[in-house]
Amino acid sequence: MRRHLISAADLSRADALLILDTAEELADLTDRPIKKLPTLRGRTVVNLFFEDSTRTRISFEAAAKRLSADVINFSAKGSSVAKGESLKDTALTLEAMGADAVVIRHGASGAAHRLAGWVRGSVVNAGDGTHEHPTQALLDAFTMRRRLQGAGAARGKGLDGIRVTIVGDVLHSRVARSNVLLLSALGAQVTLAAPPTLLPLAVDSWPCAVSYELDSELPKSDAVMMLRVQTERMTAAYFPSVREYSRRYGLDAARMARLPEHAIVMHPGPMNRGVEIAAEVADSARSTVVEQVANGVTIRMAVLYLLLGGTEFPEAAAEVSR
Amino acid sequence: MTGPAPGKGGQGAWLVRGAALAGAGAGVAQADGPADILVRGGTIAAIGSGLSQAGARVLDADGLVALPGLVDLHTHLREPGREDAETVETGTRAAALGGYTAVHAMANTDPVADTAGVVEQVWRLGRACGRCDVQPVGAVSVGLGGVRLAELGTMADSAARVRVFSDDGRCVADPLLMRRALEYVKAFDGVIAQHAQEPRLTEGAQLNEGEMSGRLGLAGWPAVAEEAIVARDCLLAAHVGSALHVCHVSTAGSAEIIRWAKSKGWPVTAEVTPHHLLLTDELAAGYDPVFKVNPPLRTAADVAELRRALADGTIDCVATDHAPHPVEAKETEWPEAAFGMIGLETALRAVQQAMVDSGLLDWDGVADRMSARPARIGRLAGHGGPLAAGRPASLTLYDPAAPPEAVTPGASKSRNTPFAGMELPGRVVATFLRGVPTVLDGKLG
Ligand SMILES: [Zn+2]
Repeated sequence: MRRHLISAADLSRADALLILDTAEELADLTDRPIKKLPTLRGRTVVNLFFEDSTRTRISFEAAAKRLSADVINFSAKGSSVAKGESLKDTALTLEAMGADAVVIRHGASGAAHRLAGWVRGSVVNAGDGTHEHPTQALLDAFTMRRRLQGAGAARGKGLDGIRVTIVGDVLHSRVARSNVLLLSALGAQVTLAAPPTLLPLAVDSWPCAVSYELDSELPKSDAVMMLRVQTERMTAAYFPSVREYSRRYGLDAARMARLPEHAIVMHPGPMNRGVEIAAEVADSARSTVVEQVANGVTIRMAVLYLLLGGTEFPEAAAEVSR
Repeated sequence: MTGPAPGKGGQGAWLVRGAALAGAGAGVAQADGPADILVRGGTIAAIGSGLSQAGARVLDADGLVALPGLVDLHTHLREPGREDAETVETGTRAAALGGYTAVHAMANTDPVADTAGVVEQVWRLGRACGRCDVQPVGAVSVGLGGVRLAELGTMADSAARVRVFSDDGRCVADPLLMRRALEYVKAFDGVIAQHAQEPRLTEGAQLNEGEMSGRLGLAGWPAVAEEAIVARDCLLAAHVGSALHVCHVSTAGSAEIIRWAKSKGWPVTAEVTPHHLLLTDELAAGYDPVFKVNPPLRTAADVAELRRALADGTIDCVATDHAPHPVEAKETEWPEAAFGMIGLETALRAVQQAMVDSGLLDWDGVADRMSARPARIGRLAGHGGPLAAGRPASLTLYDPAAPPEAVTPGASKSRNTPFAGMELPGRVVATFLRGVPTVLDGKLG
């Protein structure tokens, strides 16, 4: 593993499998009555959030605490940062506090890259602008592997041959970018389904297929990942109306019925029910939304553990050395 | 200020011995071999072999190329208003070190150079510094607002004698305002220098729209946003019969449109920056905003076409778009960072690498693209050569054989060079402004 986790492109197949397998170990351990492990005792993890994202922050916080790390939540809103302090000065402050890892969520693409140049500790990208969100992709891969390969039998396996369709605003989605990179590295066949306005111009250089239509992709999907439609896109002529968007790209019960029996429906949350996903789909047995949240904590534990080289965790340590 | 004042006889005279002449005009080509240049009383007194002059200081120019002093059509000197980034003093020092004897100071200062008062202030600051002529550019519209014409005629009639007008930094996007500006400056032989950027197509734009912008998740700056304006403005220039100059052409498509407009005989000229001749958007991969510039770095295919267009004369000249920014404007997240790069001190070396060492242009060609043509477009009679007896002794001595050296901080107040640490060939040895050395042995006089 490298020192930082900034882009899913930093992860080889072996790296990704190590994280997923470590997460499996941790899942077993956290199923026990005592959830806390002493592995990161005395280490400091800073959650540096420049954007409001309670879900992601809580997930990282829970992960760090279950590994017994000290957690400092540094919310940029209302702090010196909001008063014009630069990211670099914030980085120097974190250095002074002796942060072993900084988990950063920032509205600017590349912010995690920049931070990594200014701090000694590990940087974990928890979402930078419209660039990437690698731990989301890892938890999605983890969820897919468990659901489609079976939790017990999944260890050591990739996602070879699994067909994943990612639907919606790929252009502005850090979740889509990280997932395309990671899932393809793990052997999945990824297809993006979106209106042409919401796909990057040079998407043909990405390791995936592209379709402007959702219906034709559904029968050949093992997993469908619905991306959130950002309200600000609706006013910027990316599509004519929300109604037309849901009609063409929303996943409702009728569309869900076109999926193979075993296929799952994923969403990184928060969902716009009735826009990209109908309520009965979100609440159906195919939906993995709640599992994704739970798996998020486990995956982030694995990432922090591997980046910080935790001790006193013989099972996973053995796994790591394999 | 620098060296003895030009005087009669050999006093203050210089004898440049054995330089290869570039831009010497008809009949005197590089192939004729090295020549001596006798500089006296601010002018070139003689050019020939075996010249001598009692009392003259001798500069051994063996192996050096003599070019007419370089002229930059596109310099941001930042004064007044952003003296933390650059001043006329520091900017002209950088210019002299880069071999320049005249620069056009862009109008996007604070206050904007949209009145006779501001352009005269900048012009006077330049005169006071004395290292390099500073020719102010006037704004096209009041406050660069793109709504009302600035008092173009008053600026033209002022002591600064403004002939180039530009809202650079912003595009004159309103087609009617652009038409009127082009038409209006015909009255005093002016030219409108357009920063071609369709604003709606580039809202929030950060980086060339393509593979890199998609991968990095940065909002794309599409080539078509430049090309659409270039095409429109070429048509407008033809329609009203007035001079259009296209700033910092950055795409293959723009070059093609300009080639077409020129083939029609339309009064269109264009410039390209050294960075667009050498660098590509791949450099943005690490999100270092030192590579953030407007228009953005494009692809290798664009670079190749821009070089070809400069070589065949479709693009008339090299202009630096020297855009200094303080450290904090670049030491930040990419989307927050300022656009722009400095370039005065590295322009000639970059052009050697991109154009000469690649065999696309000889030194006569460099003299044409970096001195003669920009002087003509900027209406600067005292600059641009040719290196000939009787002409003002503004010239640059350059050593193309100097071993490639890493670019290091220079005289500019700012440090935002994209070439930092990169090796570029060549070295500016000396710069003379009207007979007075502003740079000797690569150092400010
Ligand atoms: Zn410009």
